[in-house]
Amino acid sequence: MRIASDTQGELDPSMTVIRPPSGWPRVGWMELWHYRDLLTLLVWRDFSARYRQSLIGIGWALLRPIIAVIVFTVVFGRMAGFSSDGVPYPVFNYAGLMPWLYFAGCLTGTSDSLVGSRTLLTRIYFPRLILPISKVANGLIDLTIQFVLLLLMMAWYGIRPGAAVIFIPAFVLLACLAALAVGTWLTALNVKFRDVRHAVPFLAQMWMWMTPVVYASNTVPDQWRLLYSLNPMVGVVDGFRWALLGRPIPDWTMIGVSTAVVITTLLTGLLFFRRMETEFADIV
Amino acid sequence: MQIHSPRTAILVEDLGKRYQLGLTHARSIRDVVDRLTGRMMCLLGRRRSSGEPAARQEDFWALRDVSFEVESGEVLGIIGDNGAGKSTLLKVLSRITHPTTGRAVLSGRVSSLLEVGTGFHPELTGRENIYLNGTILGMSRREIRQKFDEIVAFAEVETFLDTPVKRYSSGMHVRLAFAVAAHLEPDILVVDEVLAVGDAAFQKKCLGKMHEVSGSGRTVIFVSHNMGVIKSLCSRALWLDGGRLVADGPTSDIVDTYLNGRRDRRHDGVIPDDAHREGTGEARIRSVQLGDSMRQGSTDLYYGEPIDVLMRVETDVPLSDVHFEVSISTRDGIHVACAQTFDPPTSSFDLAPGQHEIAAKLDVALLPGPFTIDLGVHHANGKTIDFVPAVLDFHVSKVAVAPEAYYRWEPVRGLVRPPTTWSQPQASAPLITASQDTLR
Repeated sequence: MRIASDTQGELDPSMTVIRPPSGWPRVGWMELWHYRDLLTLLVWRDFSARYRQSLIGIGWALLRPIIAVIVFTVVFGRMAGFSSDGVPYPVFNYAGLMPWLYFAGCLTGTSDSLVGSRTLLTRIYFPRLILPISKVANGLIDLTIQFVLLLLMMAWYGIRPGAAVIFIPAFVLLACLAALAVGTWLTALNVKFRDVRHAVPFLAQMWMWMTPVVYASNTVPDQWRLLYSLNPMVGVVDGFRWALLGRPIPDWTMIGVSTAVVITTLLTGLLFFRRMETEFADIV
Repeated sequence: MQIHSPRTAILVEDLGKRYQLGLTHARSIRDVVDRLTGRMMCLLGRRRSSGEPAARQEDFWALRDVSFEVESGEVLGIIGDNGAGKSTLLKVLSRITHPTTGRAVLSGRVSSLLEVGTGFHPELTGRENIYLNGTILGMSRREIRQKFDEIVAFAEVETFLDTPVKRYSSGMHVRLAFAVAAHLEPDILVVDEVLAVGDAAFQKKCLGKMHEVSGSGRTVIFVSHNMGVIKSLCSRALWLDGGRLVADGPTSDIVDTYLNGRRDRRHDGVIPDDAHREGTGEARIRSVQLGDSMRQGSTDLYYGEPIDVLMRVETDVPLSDVHFEVSISTRDGIHVACAQTFDPPTSSFDLAPGQHEIAAKLDVALLPGPFTIDLGVHHANGKTIDFVPAVLDFHVSKVAVAPEAYYRWEPVRGLVRPPTTWSQPQASAPLITASQDTLR
């Protein structure tokens, strides 16, 4: 037997040491990287299976935001007369709706990702984090398609993006991390408490009103701003609008607070997920 | 890596897995709140009186103190009754579930095949699913591309490659799934009862593939209820019972011990006084045993083996000219065979008061399956002295008597294999020849 000590075994990639879980878990970045093929494949599977045998197919990725923008424009832009800070309301709304739909889609997708893959969980070993990550990655495909529509809308309204547009990738990343942060929590909880499944659609609905999707965040009274920005999507949506439309100028403290919340939630979420992971196959 | 041949591929030390019964399902929020407040009370020193620790759910050890070592290239079979912990052991070794105690070290690439077709997506085509399933089982994309044609040929689904898998027949589905799995090339392969799928012809093909795999120097851990498969594939076997390792050794020894010992605990053949009996009661059948002198008390017979029945009869009064009967029925009461001393060549017995042993050897070729024995003692005029139905359950296994180690691979049809003489009357149609060739 060549295995002198456990640590040596763990360093050797061809050596697997199986032990009872103990202490605080690690995220296991190396292993995630090692399984990137599986991640790509799961994303591809979900994407290519999603719109099979569907008439409109990928058009659904556009239809939903278009209808939402029309309704919001009529209700909030026209009837309620919400301020859109000088930007045409449809563009203003759509620029915020895009990251929001992505986030909301990820919440539903991730929270069900483990329960929905029960057979995989109980038959095959892989880092379980792959499942929620694949859902978050999958949402990016729709986001990209929706992005093209935004560019068309901006061209139609004659809005030219400023230099800030180079920050878009950063805010997309922030949206991903926010989705993954909340997603890991919900996923891990959903395995044990199916209540999560019932709560998520409602949660997503309520959350939208607490996010500057149909209104601008600068309409929030000053004394509530800090509390408001604890919502990680505040930073994401404000960031998106600013990077794309150049206005409204965001409150950087709010974006900073949101980012900090994202990072804390993500780290705790990953660790919580890993901690719960030891039980997944037994209770899913 | 695999140069030094006598090397440990798998080392398992004191492995244990505990499940908490009743906690396996999602708990309600209230339960959690109760537990949390209970914990807080403890911390505050206001320990709740008695009840609390007792409320803890019952523990169940699916695996307990299991230790063994597997050398690289060894093909290890794991046998045991349902619930013995076989699948749990495989799940722990496949890292699907965590052990509660002990540890296991595996060296080399591990693939586990606990089910065929894991991850198949019904909406995707056969081609897409080959890539999907292969990747899930741990193959790289290049590996799959290299073996793609081989996989397709093995599965015999060439014409349906671009059809969604949901339109496949169940047979095609299974074939495709197994074909992907069969082309895995890990250092260690962990296989659960996956051969019990598909039709007979395909099963044979799978078995052939498994032989190929086990002969290729790969380390294989294999679970099956089919002792014939275990015997033909594995050089060594482990017998698990109640989560513990009860025997470890050469396959044929372990399988024999297992088949012999399995039912003894439950069916010792002693017939209690209050058993359902008919007859005058002048004599009483006290016990019955199966098996020759070598394997007395076994209730598992090899296929093709004559059935040795030994019964003990007790009488208080002298009886002359009594006849005995041994019948075999299925568990649901269909009579299969009946042997009586009335039948020619007639023989009868005189019994003095006391205990007597009567032996019978039935040469009946029962097909694999569960059976039970009825026993009777009768007067020469046919009047029954004692008759006890279903006194001893026994089982004809799919393993045949040594040395041929033949087992029936096809589903078993019928209860008896009659001694048959086959011939080909002269002017036979060529059709028959052809079909015999394909059978071969």
